[in-house]
Amino acid sequence: MSETNVDKKVVKSQSEKSSKNFDVGSWLVPIVAVLVAMSLAAILIKLQGLNPIAAYKSLFKTAFGSIEGLGVTLGKSTPLVLSGLAVAVGLRAGLFNIGAQGQLLSGALAAAWAGVTFDGLPGYIHVPIALIIGAFFGSVVAGISGFLKAYRGVHEVITTIMLNSIVMGVADYLASHQLREPDQFLTRTAEIQPSAKLPIYANLPLGFFIAVVLAIVIWWILGRTTSGFRIETVGRNRHAAWYAGIPVKRTVISAMLISGAIAGLGGAVETLGITYRYAPAFNLGLGFDGITIALLGRVHPIGIIPGAILIGGMRAGAANMQFDSGVAPELVDLLMALILLLVTAPLITRFFKNNSNKSMTSGWGN
Amino acid sequence: MSALLEVTGITKRYPGVVANDNISLTVNAGEVVALLGENGAGKSTLLKAVFGLIKPDSGEIKISGTPIVFGDTAGVISRGVGMVHQHFQLVPVMSVAENIILGDEPRRGIFINKKAAHDEILALSKRYGLEVDPEAIIEDLPVGMQQRVEILKALRKDVKLLILDEPTAVLTPQEIDELLGVIRNLANSGVGIVLITHKLHEVMAVADRVVVLRGGKLVGATSPKETDEAGLAQMMVGRSVVLQVNRTEAKRGAVVLEVKGLQVRDDRKILSVKGVDLSLHKGEILGVAGVEGNGQREFVEAICGMRHREAGEVLINGVATKDMHPHAVHKAGISHIPEDREKHGLVANYSIADNLVLNQFDQAPFAKGWVRNLAEVAKSAISTVEKFDIRTPSAFNTASSLSGGNKQKVVVARELSEDLPVLIAAQPTRGVDVGSIEFIHNQLISARDKGAAVLLVSAELDEILSLSDRIAVMSDGKIVAIVESKDADRNYIGRLMAGLKE
Repeated sequence: MSETNVDKKVVKSQSEKSSKNFDVGSWLVPIVAVLVAMSLAAILIKLQGLNPIAAYKSLFKTAFGSIEGLGVTLGKSTPLVLSGLAVAVGLRAGLFNIGAQGQLLSGALAAAWAGVTFDGLPGYIHVPIALIIGAFFGSVVAGISGFLKAYRGVHEVITTIMLNSIVMGVADYLASHQLREPDQFLTRTAEIQPSAKLPIYANLPLGFFIAVVLAIVIWWILGRTTSGFRIETVGRNRHAAWYAGIPVKRTVISAMLISGAIAGLGGAVETLGITYRYAPAFNLGLGFDGITIALLGRVHPIGIIPGAILIGGMRAGAANMQFDSGVAPELVDLLMALILLLVTAPLITRFFKNNSNKSMTSGWGN
Repeated sequence: MSALLEVTGITKRYPGVVANDNISLTVNAGEVVALLGENGAGKSTLLKAVFGLIKPDSGEIKISGTPIVFGDTAGVISRGVGMVHQHFQLVPVMSVAENIILGDEPRRGIFINKKAAHDEILALSKRYGLEVDPEAIIEDLPVGMQQRVEILKALRKDVKLLILDEPTAVLTPQEIDELLGVIRNLANSGVGIVLITHKLHEVMAVADRVVVLRGGKLVGATSPKETDEAGLAQMMVGRSVVLQVNRTEAKRGAVVLEVKGLQVRDDRKILSVKGVDLSLHKGEILGVAGVEGNGQREFVEAICGMRHREAGEVLINGVATKDMHPHAVHKAGISHIPEDREKHGLVANYSIADNLVLNQFDQAPFAKGWVRNLAEVAKSAISTVEKFDIRTPSAFNTASSLSGGNKQKVVVARELSEDLPVLIAAQPTRGVDVGSIEFIHNQLISARDKGAAVLLVSAELDEILSLSDRIAVMSDGKIVAIVESKDADRNYIGRLMAGLKE
C-alpha cells in the first residue's frame, strides 16, 4: 500500500523534474534572443533602404519552403548539430571547448584521407570507417587539451584556441603536400571514392540522421548513466566530485575526448556528405558556430537540434535572399553574432558565477 | 525624546515568501537589543532595510525621529549607523591605524598624515576603552583583536547605533567575555547596539531586551530577566527544544582510528599540523576543541585523504590509509561531514536526491551496471527526506534551495547512510539553526551508540562540551591536552585553546 504510494510520488516527482528541464522560462531566452536579433537586423536592413520582410520571407522560404530546400538546410545543419553537441558536452563537464573548429578540421581532413585512400570497400564499410577515423582524430586533438587541463592545470580555453591554429596550419600543409590531389594546381585533396560518399535519401542527407541519433544518445548518457553523472558532477562542482570519489582528472579527459570525437565526426560528415574532399577554404567557422548553437540550445543535447536547423537554414537561404531582396548574405553572420550576444549574456554570467572563487587548478590535489 | 531607531510595520515580500511581516521595534540610546532568529527568519532582510539597502513594501524606519530614505545607504551611515560584519573587512598587510582610517584619511597635502592618524586612533581607543596598538599589522593580530579594530573602524564615524552581526563566531571563550564587556561599556557610553547572534547564553549575558524573529514575523519581545535560554530557544524554533543533549556513558571499545605523528601543511605551504598523535575508540565521541585556524581543518582533511600528509600515518583498524585519495579513505571506513559543505559536501544545482547518493551513485541499488536506477534514487531520497526531516517541498528541488540547516542535514544523512566504523564531523552545526542543531547532535550520539567512533571537530566549545566523551584541545597545530569530559572545565579548556600554559 505505502509502497505504491511511494511509487506514485516517484513518478509524479520525476515528471515534475523533466517538465522543469523544459520549463518555459528558460527556453524563452533563446526564442526571445532570436526574435530580438531578427528585429534589430530588420532595422539595419530598413536603414539600407531595403525590405526586411521580403528578405526574411525569401530566406525562410528557400530554407524551409520545399523538400529540396529542406534537404540543403539539413545538410548544412548536420555539422552544426555535431559541433554544437561537441561544445555542449564540454560545457556539461565545466569545460569551455573553443577548439571545436580545430577538432572538426582534423576530422574533415582525416575523413578525406580515408575516403580517398581506401579502395574497393563497399559503402556500408567505407563510410563508417571514414567517420570513425575522423572522430578519432578530432578526439586526439581535444584529448591534448584535456590532458593538459587535468595534469598540468592549463586552461582549456587557451590550449584549444592555440590548437585551432596549429591544426589549421598542419592540415593546410598536408593538403598542399602529402595529401594533395596529384597533378593539380589547386591546394586540395582528391575527391573521395564514391563508396565513401554519404547517401542522400529523397533529398534528406543520411548524415543528419546520424547527428540526431548521436544527440539523443548523448542526452541519454548524460542523464541516465553513471558516466554521464560523473561528467555532470565534475562540471557543476569539481571539489564535491573529487570528495565523493569521482576521478576528476580522468573525467575531464574523457569529456574532452568525447567532445573532440563529436566535433571530428562533424568534420567527417561534412567531408563525406557535402564537400567530398578537403580544401583549406572549406569548413571555416563551423566549429565556432557550434558555440553559438550550444548556447542557443541551452547546452541541452536535444535543444541543439532546432538551433542548428535554424542557423543551417539561414546559411542555406542566404544566397537566394540576396537574389530576391538585395540583402547581402552576410546578414546571416550579423544575425549569428547578435544571437550569440543576446543568448550568452545570461548564460555566461551563470557559468562564471558557478565557477567563481574556484581557481582552475586548486583542489585537484597539488 | 524619540528613540534612536524606530522601525514601524516593515513588510517586505519576495516572490513566494514574506521575508518581513509587519515588524516593529525600537532601539534606545544606551541599550543592547539582541536580535534572535534562525536562518531565514528575516534578520538580514530587516537589517538591509535599516541600512537603506532595500525598499520595504510598507512601513517606516526612523533614526532619531527622522525617517530614512530607502536606497540612500550613505545617508543612513552619515546619520550614525555602523555595522561590524561577521566576516572582517580588513586589509591583512596594513597596520591597525591604516585600516581604521581607510577611506577617510587625515591628510597633509597629498600625503596621509600618519601622526594625526596615530593620535586619532589612540584617542579613539582610549575613549571607548578598546586598547589597540595602532602600528601593529593586522595579520599578526589574534582574531579577537582584529574584531576590536573592526569595531573601532565603525565607532570612528561617530556611531550612535552599532550593529554587530554574529560577532562571537570566531572568538575564544575569553575573547567572547571581553567582547561582551566591550559591548556593555559602549552601551553605557550611550551607543545603541543591535546584537545578532544565535548563542543564547550571550544574549542572556549582555542584552537588555531580546527580539525574536521567526518566519519573517516578530514572535516575541522579552528580556533576559523574564526568561531563560530554553524559553528563548522555544520562541525561536516555535516548539520546545532540548538544549541539553541526553547521552549515556560511552561504551568505549577498541581503537579504530589511529593517527601517528601527523604533519600537514596548509594552503600557504606552512606547517600547520605539527605532529599529532591521536587514538579514537569505538563507541566514543572525541571532541577536538580549538580556536579556528589552529590546524583543525588541515588535520581533518589529511585524515580524510583530502590533503597531502607531510609526515605520519592514519590507520583504520591497524591498516594504513592512502594519502590524497578521499574515495579510498571512505572505502576504508571513514564517513566525513566536511567543514565546507558548499564546496565539498553538495552540488548546489543538483537535486537533493542526487546529492544524497553522491558517493554511492554507481553502486547497487542506485545503478545497474552503467545505467543509473533513478527510481531507486528517488525512492530512497523520499524516505531519507522524511527520516531526516529535511524541510523541502520535494526531494527533487535543488540543494541550493535549502536553508543552511537543511543542507547540512542532507550531508549528514548521506554520510550516515552507510554505517561506517568512523565518523568525522567537522564543524557540523556551523550556520545551522537551533532546531537542526538539536537533530544533528542526536544523530551524532546515535551513531556513537550504534558503535561508531566519532571525531567531532568544532569551534563551538559548548558543542564540544555537551557531546564529547573525551576532549582534545588543539592549539598551534598540536594537541596540547586530552581530558575526560567529566573532568573538563570550561575555563581551563579556554585557556588551553588560547595557547596559555596551565
